[in-house]
Amino acid sequence: MTGSRDLFARAVAVTGIGMITSLGRGVAENWRRLTAGDSGIRRIARFPTEGLRTQIAGCVDFMDVDPVTIPALSRAMAEAVSDEAVAASGIAADGAIDGDLFLAAPPIEHDWESRFDLLDTVDPGGGPYARGDGAAGTEETLPWHREFMNGSLADWLAGRHGCTGSPITLTTACASGASAIQLGVESIRRGERPAALCIGTDGSINSESLIRFALLSALSTKNDPPERAAKPFSRNRDGFVMAEGAAALVLEHPEHAKARGAPVLGWILGCGEAADTFHRTRSNPDGGAIVRSMAGAIADAGLAPADIGYINAHGTGTPENDKMEYLGITEVFGDHSGRLAVSSNKSMIGHTLTAAGAVEAVATVKALGDGLLPPTINYREPDPNIALDVVPNEARAQKVEFALSNSFGFGGQNVSLVLGAAG
Amino acid sequence: MTDREVCITGYGLLSPLGETPAAWWAALDDPAARRARIDETATAPFPIHTIGDYDLAAQVPRPGDRRAMGPMMQYGAYAAGLALDMAGLKNDADLLQRTHMIVASGGGERDLELDRQILEGAPGRDTRGARDEWITAQMADGLRPTLFLAQLPNLFAGNISIVHKVAGSSRTFMGEEAAGADALRIAHRRLASGQGEIFLVGAAFASERPEIQISYNAGGMLLRGGFADLWSRPDAGICFGAAGAFLVLESRESAAARGVAVRAVLRGVESDRTDRRSGDPATTARRQVEKLGIGPVGSDTAVLSGASGAGAATGITAAERAMLEELAAGAPVRGTAQAVGHAVEAAFLQNVILTAACVERGAVFAPLSPDAPVEAVGAGPVSRALVTGWGHVRGEALALVEAAG
Repeated sequence: MTGSRDLFARAVAVTGIGMITSLGRGVAENWRRLTAGDSGIRRIARFPTEGLRTQIAGCVDFMDVDPVTIPALSRAMAEAVSDEAVAASGIAADGAIDGDLFLAAPPIEHDWESRFDLLDTVDPGGGPYARGDGAAGTEETLPWHREFMNGSLADWLAGRHGCTGSPITLTTACASGASAIQLGVESIRRGERPAALCIGTDGSINSESLIRFALLSALSTKNDPPERAAKPFSRNRDGFVMAEGAAALVLEHPEHAKARGAPVLGWILGCGEAADTFHRTRSNPDGGAIVRSMAGAIADAGLAPADIGYINAHGTGTPENDKMEYLGITEVFGDHSGRLAVSSNKSMIGHTLTAAGAVEAVATVKALGDGLLPPTINYREPDPNIALDVVPNEARAQKVEFALSNSFGFGGQNVSLVLGAAG
Repeated sequence: MTDREVCITGYGLLSPLGETPAAWWAALDDPAARRARIDETATAPFPIHTIGDYDLAAQVPRPGDRRAMGPMMQYGAYAAGLALDMAGLKNDADLLQRTHMIVASGGGERDLELDRQILEGAPGRDTRGARDEWITAQMADGLRPTLFLAQLPNLFAGNISIVHKVAGSSRTFMGEEAAGADALRIAHRRLASGQGEIFLVGAAFASERPEIQISYNAGGMLLRGGFADLWSRPDAGICFGAAGAFLVLESRESAAARGVAVRAVLRGVESDRTDRRSGDPATTARRQVEKLGIGPVGSDTAVLSGASGAGAATGITAAERAMLEELAAGAPVRGTAQAVGHAVEAAFLQNVILTAACVERGAVFAPLSPDAPVEAVGAGPVSRALVTGWGHVRGEALALVEAAG
């Protein structure tokens, strides 16, 4: 099944990208800082963190959103990155996109201030939230209903960009952004639509979500200095750093892109996925699902493991993830794993959760396009049990033709993408 | 490329009607039994349709697994087990390794007792900074890992992977009614085009969850006071219904190779987004009817409507009734929310399961709202069925289910 003919028959073109992280707004600024080895991790200023073991995060605090709520920030970032990607691709010259919309977004929950506001205005009736007689909502409270439905953001974005069909909102936890891309690739391969707009967004840092992840012992507690906390593949790594961000990709059938003379920034060549059945927060010790995810993506691309030159790792910096990812890599790549470059964007921007798969796919497109591999920063104490070239601390000029981007989620959802350089 | 035929080889439905087809038919013909499952006090003033006692341990044997889920996830894990049983997939590690799962979920499930403590004890809003700190401290002390994992909606599918060992893949769609229809649409298209061989598709909804009622009541969407007939609810009119609904879909080739019975054929699924301010959902429905090649709809075609009952707040139930009176005049139309309530993400899939059971049996049940003109055609033989899924504020879906042949 290998050979260039199959490769082209199944390849999907990336013709537009957009990105926001704690490092800034727009692909250019993010790429400049990602390749400079900058960190976007800071002390949390959005809410009080006294008494909490983790007090740092990669917050996006520069969007025009007030007050900052999960739906409002997630929406503002999704709007900005999709505008950037669509404009870059030139695909919506007539104001519409003949393509589906796939949005990876966090589940929408009321934060506590919203909940108090709502309960002061409209009563839910019985149960634990009961306060009175259950007054019905009005025109004034209708926006609460709209804002707190999970489908509203995708619906609004589909209208904004003139996408066709029923927009899909999805979550596969930390693999969500990659799942959105996979759904777009599948749709284009089926020939249903010539294009897809795939977006990941996550603006869900509030006290409750921070406490939840802290209770799983998943977060780094090395608060000082914040920019040193995320240490993927290091011996002293102690957890991931929560972060916010968003990214968007315009995907197109190669013929469609060619016919309109669109710029091809890179290719999505293959997708793999597998579900783990072992445990809610841990991988099966045999790494089986991770292996199936990576091997599946490479096979789907019509490539062999030795064709891959770079892995944009899931690389969260938790003791468990990095160990399992390394095990999976050695299982899939064998001797070739020693020749791979493997780096983690999360060392700089933290873990953008629902958005991570999309954010890191955009970074991988840039790495392939520019022949410049972003580093794993904070790599001062190598883990002797993880013998990988992690592109330590500084970006490296290196031409790579094919790359793998990994996303592994809590709950056992694993997705890998194979990307190819344009040209 | 010719599309492959997509077959339904398993279904599992836990609902206010019960959990076996025999129980469903009995309840569908017995208005008094259905009314007995409506609880007007638990979440008053909003009535809800509830699921009766069921033996969760029969499908989720490990106590630790049961504790890690709230009621919504439990309904789903139970129904998924029923569907896998019927399709002969249960405990077949090799096939489950290649079974792809797509589920529709609302948000995760909160620890309501902790929420109650916070709401009752929190200082007033005039000391906002102090309130923030107080709430943070309450959560840091009170959240329990096993329970708040249920707050992650992807753990709905994650739990099913763990309990039933479904390992091919796992995707969770969110977004109210349309999420259920899109889960089925994507599975159908992937099967039809050869992107997979076996799919487990499902959703669940817990009608008693107050955090959902807050939001829907803010929208003025909920039926208040006593129960009222679906097609004639005067104002706000959604009455939630609990459900777990799962289907096993596979290609005709896969079903034949495994020697498993085909229950019904899922001929096609369409789902679209109509701008409800400027567009007409009925225009979308006409296009979908054409795209699915449905032709004239007569008495041999059951039409199960997912109309939510959302009343004057949206006008959508009345609009759907008008569309059905135009496109399905002469067909036995049933608004199933009258019998089972509105199960949001699970509503469409629940109706697809009921239609599969109808065509398998070759007959549709009696009108659920006998006084409503839209349900004028009585019980009788059917060979195919349509399912409509018009969301209460967005999304229009249509599925065509045919007898296995």
